[in-house]
Amino acid sequence: MDALLHQMFSGLANGCIYGSVALALVMIYQATHHINFAQGEMATFSTFIAWALMQAGWPYWVAFFATVAISFLGGLLVQRIILRPVEKAPVLTNVIVFIGLLVIFNSLAGWIFEHTIKAFPSPFPQKSVLATKFFTSHDVGSAAVMLCVLGLLYAFFRFTPIGLAMRAAAQNPDSARLVGIRVSWMLAVGWGLAAAIGAVAGMMVAPIVYLDPNMMSGILLYGFAAALLGGIDNPGGAVVGGFIVGVLENLLGAYVIGTELKLSVALVLIVGILTLKPDGLFGKQVVTRV
Amino acid sequence: MTPPRRSKAYWIAIALAAVALLVLPFLVKNYRVFQFNLVLIYAIAVLGLNILTGFNGQISLGHGAFYAIGAYAAAVLMDRAGMPYWATLPVAGLLCFALGYLMGFPALRLGGHYLALATFALALAVPQLLKYKKIEGLTGGVQGIVLAKPEPPFTFRFLDQPFNADRWLYFFTLAVAALMFVLAWNLLRGRIGRALIAIRDHPIAATAMGINLPVFKSMAFGVSAAFTGVAGALGAICVAFVSPDSFTVFLSITFLVGVVVGGLASIPGAIFGAIFIQFVPNIAGDISKSAPWAIYGIFLIGLMYAMPTGVMGMLGKLRGRWRPGAAPASSKG
Repeated sequence: MDALLHQMFSGLANGCIYGSVALALVMIYQATHHINFAQGEMATFSTFIAWALMQAGWPYWVAFFATVAISFLGGLLVQRIILRPVEKAPVLTNVIVFIGLLVIFNSLAGWIFEHTIKAFPSPFPQKSVLATKFFTSHDVGSAAVMLCVLGLLYAFFRFTPIGLAMRAAAQNPDSARLVGIRVSWMLAVGWGLAAAIGAVAGMMVAPIVYLDPNMMSGILLYGFAAALLGGIDNPGGAVVGGFIVGVLENLLGAYVIGTELKLSVALVLIVGILTLKPDGLFGKQVVTRV
Repeated sequence: MTPPRRSKAYWIAIALAAVALLVLPFLVKNYRVFQFNLVLIYAIAVLGLNILTGFNGQISLGHGAFYAIGAYAAAVLMDRAGMPYWATLPVAGLLCFALGYLMGFPALRLGGHYLALATFALALAVPQLLKYKKIEGLTGGVQGIVLAKPEPPFTFRFLDQPFNADRWLYFFTLAVAALMFVLAWNLLRGRIGRALIAIRDHPIAATAMGINLPVFKSMAFGVSAAFTGVAGALGAICVAFVSPDSFTVFLSITFLVGVVVGGLASIPGAIFGAIFIQFVPNIAGDISKSAPWAIYGIFLIGLMYAMPTGVMGMLGKLRGRWRPGAAPASSKG
């Protein structure tokens, strides 16, 4: 029983990370209806920036918020400079640009910060009342950070004028433009937010998996799965999807098929669920007019 | 639609191109011949993916999986069953057709990004399955299978270059590639091709016109997988080695890059796409040793700016500009 609980809790902890990556994907999807394949590499790059700042002697939380701010700006600039020219191009052209971004960020991270694996500190103390035999304090801490992010996002979209404008721009770009919303800039803000969320996810995952340029590649996939499982247009669903994927992955790996095939089986399961419920568990069913 | 009348110059150009293709392997070093082999193989795979993505509008991030299955089918049949190398191609094609057809069923219910995920999962799962311990006796596990390159049936020297295994494989691959391109062209210019395009552009209208949507979509998946499987089998023969780690997810992404760079829904585009995915990484590596992939990414994004519809889209546009009287190029067959 203890072992089962242990697997479940560590699954939940992983699920947090997947959920936050999924959240970043959903942000960009909602704004642009594209899935950003470069999300993981962008997050890794942000984490490297945080690492560099800490090497320069900045305290953790200062570096943390500085990185989030830099990532926000970076995401904004990527959208303005790189993606704007292809805003109107076919979907697959965009996908290829994302792939281009992916290899650029990955390669730059390797070039600037080198391929050696680096330890990344956790902001949460090793020994604390929160740590039990089932989970470490980092697990609890990162879950809390992630829920904070979700809460902030909810508040941002629900209560601020710019959040409202972003929702309008995503839902009906033409009408939004007519009432004076600068739709293109709203997309850029969406990218900035996604990059910032990705940075948070990267900094939370780095203490567990260690920092190297390919840190996020597997995690992005789980994030992708989580986002689709929860419904790609639903931020809350993305987080729940993350938890489900995390727990499933761990339980299947521990009890059913061993770690060798755990990735495959988790994915087959997700595809199976999607086949039965094509819009994800919490997604809106899209009805189109003929 | 009657085929457009071709001028004499057109046929001369075709003949010159054919001669160039035949002489080419004797003008360059062995390693280059090997690279040209890979270009031809990638062209078949990209063509296969283009049937699915370009003509039928189904995105696949998992064609590396079919390439891997085709490669392993050829390798296992040659190594364990002692089949001659050429006989493995149809088997690989049929096997991949069957698997692709089956994959087409869940694909019917999944659109856009969801399909991308499902196929992506396939691309991830296949290398893991190939490493799986229970079938190690067949697949060789992590080590993979080492093959022998087929010897040419006869040898001679031409332009001071020996007719060796790689050059023989060049002609073999060229013949297979030509066959596959003719097959694709025949398939896509007629009723079936129109039906696939109709499904891509407006599925509901296509159904209303009496196109059996599930059959055509899963057939498209099957045919596309079969092309890629044949390419994979050829790849195994030419590289003379298969291992699970040579078929990563990146291979699938590379095929998609080839399709978009060459031009969606364009048969000749597959060749340009294949040239891009084979040679541009090398060029990028020559420019910068420390961050070759960054250069590759910049090339990729730059190309998408310059030609958002791929090389063939660009050529079509140019032709339209130079000869305003001519109808826009109908490379869609």
